[in-house]
Amino acid sequence: MVVMDEKTSVKLHCEHCGLECENDLIKLEEHSFCCEGCKLVYTLINETGLCNYYNLNEHPGINQRTSVRENKFSFLDDDSVESQIIGFRNNDFTQVVFYLPAIHCSSCLYLLENIHRFNKGIINLEIHFARKEAKIKYKHKEVGLREVAELLTRLGYEPHISLRDVAGAKPKTSKSLIYRLGIAGFCFGNIMMMSFPEYLGLHGSEKSMTGLFRTLNLLLAIPTFFYSATPFFTSAWSGLKNRFLNIDAPVSVAIIVTFGRSVYEVMAGVGGGFFDSMSGIIFFMLLGRVLQDKTYQHLEFDRDYTSYFPIAVTTIQKGEEVPVQVSALKKGDLVRIYNEEIIPVDGILSNGKAYIDYSFVTGESAVNRIETGEIIYAGGKQMGAAIDLLILKDVSQSYLTQLWKQTKVKSRTDQDQKSFVHYLSKYFSYLVFSISALAGIYWWIHNPANIFPAMTAVLIVACPCALLLSNSFSNGFIIRLLGYNKFFLKDALSIEFIAGIKHIVFDKTGTLTDTSHYKVHYEGSELTQPEKLRIAATARQSRHPLSKAVSDYLGIRQVPTIISFEEFPGQGTKSIFEGYEIKLGSEEFTGQMQNSDNRSRVCVVVNGEYKGKFYIENQYREHAEEVIAGLKKKYQLTVLSGDNDKDAASLKKVFGENSTIIFNQKPEDKLIYIKNGQKQKQTVMMVGDGLNDAGALMQSDVGIAISDTRNNFTPASDVILGAESFSKLPALLRLCADGKKIIIGSFILSILYNIVGVYFSVTAQLSPLVAAILMPASTFSIIIFTYTTSLVMARYRRLSTGAA
Amino acid sequence: MGVIFILLFVSLAIALLFLWAFLWSTKTGQFDDDISPGVRILFDEEKSKTNNN
Repeated sequence: MVVMDEKTSVKLHCEHCGLECENDLIKLEEHSFCCEGCKLVYTLINETGLCNYYNLNEHPGINQRTSVRENKFSFLDDDSVESQIIGFRNNDFTQVVFYLPAIHCSSCLYLLENIHRFNKGIINLEIHFARKEAKIKYKHKEVGLREVAELLTRLGYEPHISLRDVAGAKPKTSKSLIYRLGIAGFCFGNIMMMSFPEYLGLHGSEKSMTGLFRTLNLLLAIPTFFYSATPFFTSAWSGLKNRFLNIDAPVSVAIIVTFGRSVYEVMAGVGGGFFDSMSGIIFFMLLGRVLQDKTYQHLEFDRDYTSYFPIAVTTIQKGEEVPVQVSALKKGDLVRIYNEEIIPVDGILSNGKAYIDYSFVTGESAVNRIETGEIIYAGGKQMGAAIDLLILKDVSQSYLTQLWKQTKVKSRTDQDQKSFVHYLSKYFSYLVFSISALAGIYWWIHNPANIFPAMTAVLIVACPCALLLSNSFSNGFIIRLLGYNKFFLKDALSIEFIAGIKHIVFDKTGTLTDTSHYKVHYEGSELTQPEKLRIAATARQSRHPLSKAVSDYLGIRQVPTIISFEEFPGQGTKSIFEGYEIKLGSEEFTGQMQNSDNRSRVCVVVNGEYKGKFYIENQYREHAEEVIAGLKKKYQLTVLSGDNDKDAASLKKVFGENSTIIFNQKPEDKLIYIKNGQKQKQTVMMVGDGLNDAGALMQSDVGIAISDTRNNFTPASDVILGAESFSKLPALLRLCADGKKIIIGSFILSILYNIVGVYFSVTAQLSPLVAAILMPASTFSIIIFTYTTSLVMARYRRLSTGAA
Repeated sequence: MGVIFILLFVSLAIALLFLWAFLWSTKTGQFDDDISPGVRILFDEEKSKTNNN
């Protein structure tokens, strides 16, 4: 008999992970722990003398309540697997990089980088904090890869090793743009310095120095032109090959004309040329590009199924467990799937009780009971004791894998061509060429000597560089502002696409609703405290999500263990406790009248007496109604749900009469719906979360994946939105739309400078000095304008404007 | 006049040195992780195994 202890007012927190302890039974010296796992890690750290771990941060540990299976990393003993994971090996040591999702604070860094004190075989470990990666060097003669992985796991930092680590090299971030920027900056600064004597005027004997300064400028301009500026040339050229005039084409023309004319002036000894303006504009354009190519190292936007699948599974061969690589699995193999493991391949259940959680695939959090002989699809997760599966298909032919292959990866070059910047630049270029031609004709009539200077000067001054700068700087600033609000963009182009969206498609479960919270209410005769305790104790025994929702709702933390308990999958649970028989489950199971109500519910019967029903509803995300209300004025809205239509009425109320709400959608139905929308020339945005939305997210013009915790894996998408920022969605979309206005505004501002420049040019008076003043002046105006306006717009939209 | 020559090339040489330093540090990944180096430097070298609190 357990009596609820009402006096425990002081809450105990686990020394290791900080979770509230359910009781004070697990203790070591004066410290309490929530579970044996946490205590074990504490002991381990304490013995090694690394207790500073607990001083640096409060409760830095990772909760150890769910333990990792003993032989989980046995596949690392396999040489062929090991050789694919390790990065480098020589006679003495091996180097490997592990992704450790649990890294979160300075204590983690401290503990992990001192890991050599746990095992002398490990030489050192270096953390890349932003990427949550650990680079480990160890003596493979003293310690195996499996031991390293198991040591990390014991400390609470389980390495995440997925099929992707084998399947392909992760795309490396290219640093070439940074090199180009550095060199352009160096040349720009020095050319400016060398140009001063000429601008200020050289007198007398100093005149002999002019040639030297000019030659040095020419030498410094060469790496700028031939190395730093090449991204613009190659982009322009590849555009032209595809018969498309992008913004880099006129920019390249301007750079080439400026360089050509300057080289001519220096060689012929008639002037100093415009090397400073040229290198300056190249430097700033590269700077804008670097700013706009902001990447989030902790996020991955192009995940596919290989990131989710394990690298190896346990197979049963002649009665023994043998780890085998997933890629080497063949039809007819028998695999064993342990609790919480993901099934990498379609198969038939041959042994064990399967409770499969398909939430990865369908977004539904319900657990499906599967009978022996039935098919289990890849992507499901076993929730219970180990099961054996007979493989039906190769990994590459599994249902989920096939779904992935149906969608083509979006081609960014194709998409880039839709950008308005290119069209604007095209018309702007026509205008500039006409002005240049008109100036040429004028001087041909009046003074042919001025034809060349006037025509080239127009092209130098009025190049659409300003438009390029406006675009990249304003994109760069907006990306950062969005990032502060947990709205992470894959690339800058997405801003413009978001601005053009007309139709937004939502997934329901996990996107509009919060899967970790249920709304439960009880209807029936009032329950007394002991009754509640008994119901909670019964519900706690079942792993069905509805049972969990009921036990959470009752809010009783300490429940006694029930000895007599029976679960009837798909129906309910029954327990006998303190002389009471408690039945929780469907109407059929509890012997009640069926009704047509299709809400999720759990009936309670105690000793054959009906008490009432718990109604369990998916809880909508906080502010979901306001978000929808904010969006429905501007966009056409659709909800595609994999669920049944039990929420139809409440959704219709929130989304309004003009919206489309479709239920029972399979992953491919969602994809087809998006495709059909696009065929009708709609630009469609998909907002989803699970792998079941992956196809639709990729097909849509902009796919937004909602991520509940940042460590969580999100399907391939253009945007990752932190769930805590869901309420900001309308404001964030509006800020993206503001981006275009900011670009145009800043472009108009720069045109004012252009008008001044063109006046000097057509009158053949453009001196290098005028150009050297106009170029930085217009560039700085653009930077300041785009920075302040984007900041002001973000404030106006009530978004946060600084790192959290 | 001669002094300008010298100064010119000295200044260029220094600037080149900085350019090299920048390219080298970028290449060796010193800008890759902007969080851990700053934290790492604050850890004391462990002298004794006893808790210093």
